Amino acid sequence: MNTLFGERKEGATKIVLKSVDEYPEAPITLGTTLVNFTGDWRTFIPVIDDDKCVKCYICWKFCPEPAIFIREDGYVGVDYDYCKGCGICANECPTNAITMEKEEK
Amino acid sequence: MAEYKPIRKVVSGNYAAAYAVKHARVEVVAAYPITPQTSIIEKIAEFLANGEIEGLEYVPVESEHSAMAACIGASATGARAFTATSAQGLALMHEMLHWASGARLPIVMVDVNRAMAPPWSVWDDQTDSLSQRDTGWMQFYAENNQEVYDGVLMAFKIAETVNLPAMVVESAFILSHTYDVVEMIPQELVDEFLPPRKPLYTLTDFDNPIAVGALGGPNDYYEFRYKIQKAMEKAEKVIHEVGKEFGERFGRDYSQMIELYRTEDADFVFMGMGSLMGTVKQAVDILREEGYKVGAAKVRWFRPFPKKELYELAKSVEGIAVLDRNFSFGQEGILFNEAKGALYNTDAKPLIKNYIVGLGGRDFTVNDVRKIAENMKAIIDKGELDVEVDWYHLKR
Ligand code: SF4
Ligand code: SF4
Repeated sequence: MNTLFGERKEGATKIVLKSVDEYPEAPITLGTTLVNFTGDWRTFIPVIDDDKCVKCYICWKFCPEPAIFIREDGYVGVDYDYCKGCGICANECPTNAITMEKEEK
Repeated sequence: MAEYKPIRKVVSGNYAAAYAVKHARVEVVAAYPITPQTSIIEKIAEFLANGEIEGLEYVPVESEHSAMAACIGASATGARAFTATSAQGLALMHEMLHWASGARLPIVMVDVNRAMAPPWSVWDDQTDSLSQRDTGWMQFYAENNQEVYDGVLMAFKIAETVNLPAMVVESAFILSHTYDVVEMIPQELVDEFLPPRKPLYTLTDFDNPIAVGALGGPNDYYEFRYKIQKAMEKAEKVIHEVGKEFGERFGRDYSQMIELYRTEDADFVFMGMGSLMGTVKQAVDILREEGYKVGAAKVRWFRPFPKKELYELAKSVEGIAVLDRNFSFGQEGILFNEAKGALYNTDAKPLIKNYIVGLGGRDFTVNDVRKIAENMKAIIDKGELDVEVDWYHLKR
């Protein structure tokens, strides 16, 4: 999936380190969010209404995670493996095309 | 290897530090003035203005907090970074010191020991640097200008081997502004001793992007703290090796974290850090002639703390007079506290007494060492301490 920051790596997953030897020497995250999921904190998820979307991509620009991507038809989608539910996209969308809805798990 | 012919220059402690920064081919210097450190960064600026340094980014910042932030950013790109400060400036950096060590960045800083205000003071006192004890920085205390120069060069090598930052500490005015002969090392030999840095990670490796400063929850934070401790333990070994290599190449051996002076047959020793130990060594020579069997134990590295060397010393003497030019309020001198703690679970139990000396730059002379020796001899003969912490200079 193209996040516009780069190709999402095959087999991307949340890293769980089991022993101290597996940890990197410094507290850095290798490969950034291209290989590490960040979408497991949220309570709300953004839901996009294509009928209201004017393809301005402001949501893409403001999203702090690589969660908003641009679909082949030019509309935007949300990659829920990365979305942390902050609601910035909904707040910034000029046409109110994004609503935050409580996620049912 | 080229033959070593030292270049002798008469310089202040601060200029010795600036020359070492130049010879270490530092790539980024964050500069903010504070007395008595200012002439370090002024001298570096002068080198730059005269075209004597190449490839140096000199960053004038608006505070010491920013100075350390600039060093952290620079070091995270893989550059060799340096700054210098004193007292309140170091205190203002405190928060950033944790970021530097936590991110495992081998920044080197010179702290010119200066008393903390109030009352306002610009004179020598170790409480500023010792207050940074728990920040994860290594600390080297220089006795003289030569050790400032050598210390900075070694600190870069050690820091870059274990990926922890290091502080080289010198005394306000006693070293920072006093001129002395310093043997400097020709550039090509410094280059052999201190090759370019090989960073653990870099922000500028765009093929292998990384995130730094990310969140570490309760599930991960603990392991990273343990890794810093492991690096400190490794540093002890690296300090021995680098100090020995320095001695073999340049004739001044720093392989011991505690430098022992005439301690072999000593009944008791004076232990302390920094420039006051020069006075102590001179006093030891005089006291020996007067019949005292005394020696000096100069703690060069306070972090990592030289526990093993202290234990070996403590086994061989009846008493240790710990001279602290610093104080931890509500307790005692900081070196004394550390030394006593390190020996508690061992079988080495010399009488150990704390003398608080020279705070805020109060003069500390050979005669003071003699008075302390008389007192130490009396308590050793008696077999018990009079007081544990002696505010030696107090006007009574
Ligand atoms: S900000 Fe709103 S209108 Fe603009 S692209 Fe995003 S969803 Fe569409
Ligand atoms: S809720 Fe936050 S993280 Fe999720 S898509 Fe919107 S801006 Fe991005």
